[in-house]
Amino acid sequence: MTVDHAPPSAPPDISPLPDVESLTPARAPGRVPSVPRWLRRAVGPVLLLVLWQSCSATGVLPADVLASPGTIARAAGELVGDGTLPTAMGVSLRRVAAGLLLGGVAGIALALVSGLSRLGEDLVDAPVQMLRTVPWVGLIPLFIIWLGIGEAPKVALIALGVAFHLYLNVYAGIRGVDARLVEAGESLGLGRWGLVRHVVLPGALPGAMTGLRYSLATAWLALVFGESINADAGIGFLMNQAREFFRTDVIVVCLVVYAFLGLLADALVRTLERLLLQWRPTFTGQ
Amino acid sequence: MATDLHRAVTVQGLTRSFDGRPVVDGLDLTLRAGQFTALLGHSGCGKSTLLRILAGLDREISGTVLVPRRRAVAFQAPRLMPWKKVWRNVLLGLPGKPGRAVAEKALDEVGLGHRSGAWPKTLSGGEAQRASLARALVRDPDLLLLDEPFGALDALTRLKAQRLVAELWQRRGCTVLLVTHDVDEALLLADRALVMRDGVIAYDTAVDLDRPRSPGDPALAGLRTRLLAELGVTEGEFAESATA
Ligand SMILES: Nc1ncnc2c1ncn2[C@@H]1O[C@H](COP(=O)(O)OP(=O)(O)O)[C@@H](O)[C@H]1O
Ligand SMILES: [Mg+2]
Repeated sequence: MTVDHAPPSAPPDISPLPDVESLTPARAPGRVPSVPRWLRRAVGPVLLLVLWQSCSATGVLPADVLASPGTIARAAGELVGDGTLPTAMGVSLRRVAAGLLLGGVAGIALALVSGLSRLGEDLVDAPVQMLRTVPWVGLIPLFIIWLGIGEAPKVALIALGVAFHLYLNVYAGIRGVDARLVEAGESLGLGRWGLVRHVVLPGALPGAMTGLRYSLATAWLALVFGESINADAGIGFLMNQAREFFRTDVIVVCLVVYAFLGLLADALVRTLERLLLQWRPTFTGQ
Repeated sequence: MATDLHRAVTVQGLTRSFDGRPVVDGLDLTLRAGQFTALLGHSGCGKSTLLRILAGLDREISGTVLVPRRRAVAFQAPRLMPWKKVWRNVLLGLPGKPGRAVAEKALDEVGLGHRSGAWPKTLSGGEAQRASLARALVRDPDLLLLDEPFGALDALTRLKAQRLVAELWQRRGCTVLLVTHDVDEALLLADRALVMRDGVIAYDTAVDLDRPRSPGDPALAGLRTRLLAELGVTEGEFAESATA
């Protein structure tokens, strides 16, 4: 349309003014689609790998300091091919699972006792908070003396780390439940058990999920520590063996496996949170 | 029947202290069954404290309190459990295992049937307050306690919510005690207005006017002035301070 005289409904004046800002749509329609996010995020790691490989190839990075990515990939292939790595992973995963289960049950049970009753709080919370100040890794020698050098001290170490994190977060979650919601539940005729079930426990769930995430991270850490002492199977055992023979490639493979397992656990917790905490009115990022 | 008519709620010599300071101090109050009563008073004068006692949520009291067994509360904040869908919130605490249809009937009554499957976080302030009202009504209470339920709503939503409460009360015929600090709200809805001061009911008046009423009806101007005076506000104040 051409306008050569002022029309009855003149278009608004959009000439620039000082102190006036034009707010454009966040995603301009019809713009050329930019590089996908995952591709952009992949660039950094890939560049790093290329740099590493070229350093190894030119001899700047000797193999007994750090093997090249290529060698590591080959080592990984061999370890998977002859079944060493899957077996070791199976052993390590069983340890983590056992530790998580034991520590989880203990931590949550204690948190419920001290979170739900004053008496329980007085009896449980003080000793737990006191023990918390002891660095749990420092308990390894005691565990060895008490439990020998078999599976027991490794599982116990993992269980301990898990139990503390779950205890602290579930307890805090229970005590952080909005008292006004509890009062509302009371006014609706909920009894003590009903309040616990419908108000307190769901309210403590976000805290429990945080606890789960921390305790999983701790479980891997405890696994690494536990397996570095006298393991005869598992990923830690593979690493110890590799150390004896200066196989930096195998050590890196084991580290990657640890990292991968940690990532997997995190993804699991995230999925769980998405399913269980979808009611939460929180900021989810833009 | 006669006793019912006269005494849905009986309170005698009720005292409640916080740290040795009495907030409710020898209060007497009788509410007639089916009557809509508004309780006015300054912020902090003890209205919520009295309401929580009548709801049975506060037992650290002395004196006599007789209330119907079936009672329900709607608070200033909707206090919906964020982890339960709206319809589950409505049914929470009901005896037996009532189905979703029961909740939806109550939600329909407050015009919220279509949101029954929503999470509370997706409700607007007015919708959440109506859901909280449905949760109170589904209990079929003989005594409905409302603690400034419209306080946090915008003016337009508040008008609608007030009309809704008036309708629901007329349909249900339950005894209502509405705590408010808004004189016009009290005059719009109530049969009787109380002013609480110094821990007792300091002023008690009937509000005789046919329904439906309209806000600021001139027939109520005299009563409005009187109630404001009881609350310590003289009506000229705004004009005076504006010209001062
Ligand atoms: N749990 C409590 N502990 C101590 N003081 C309280 C408590 N609840 C209420 N009060 C006090 O009692 C008084 C009346 O409170 P409230 O009944 O909430 O007032 P309102 O009339 O505004 O609803 C206020 O002075 C308040 O500080
Ligand atoms: Mg109040």
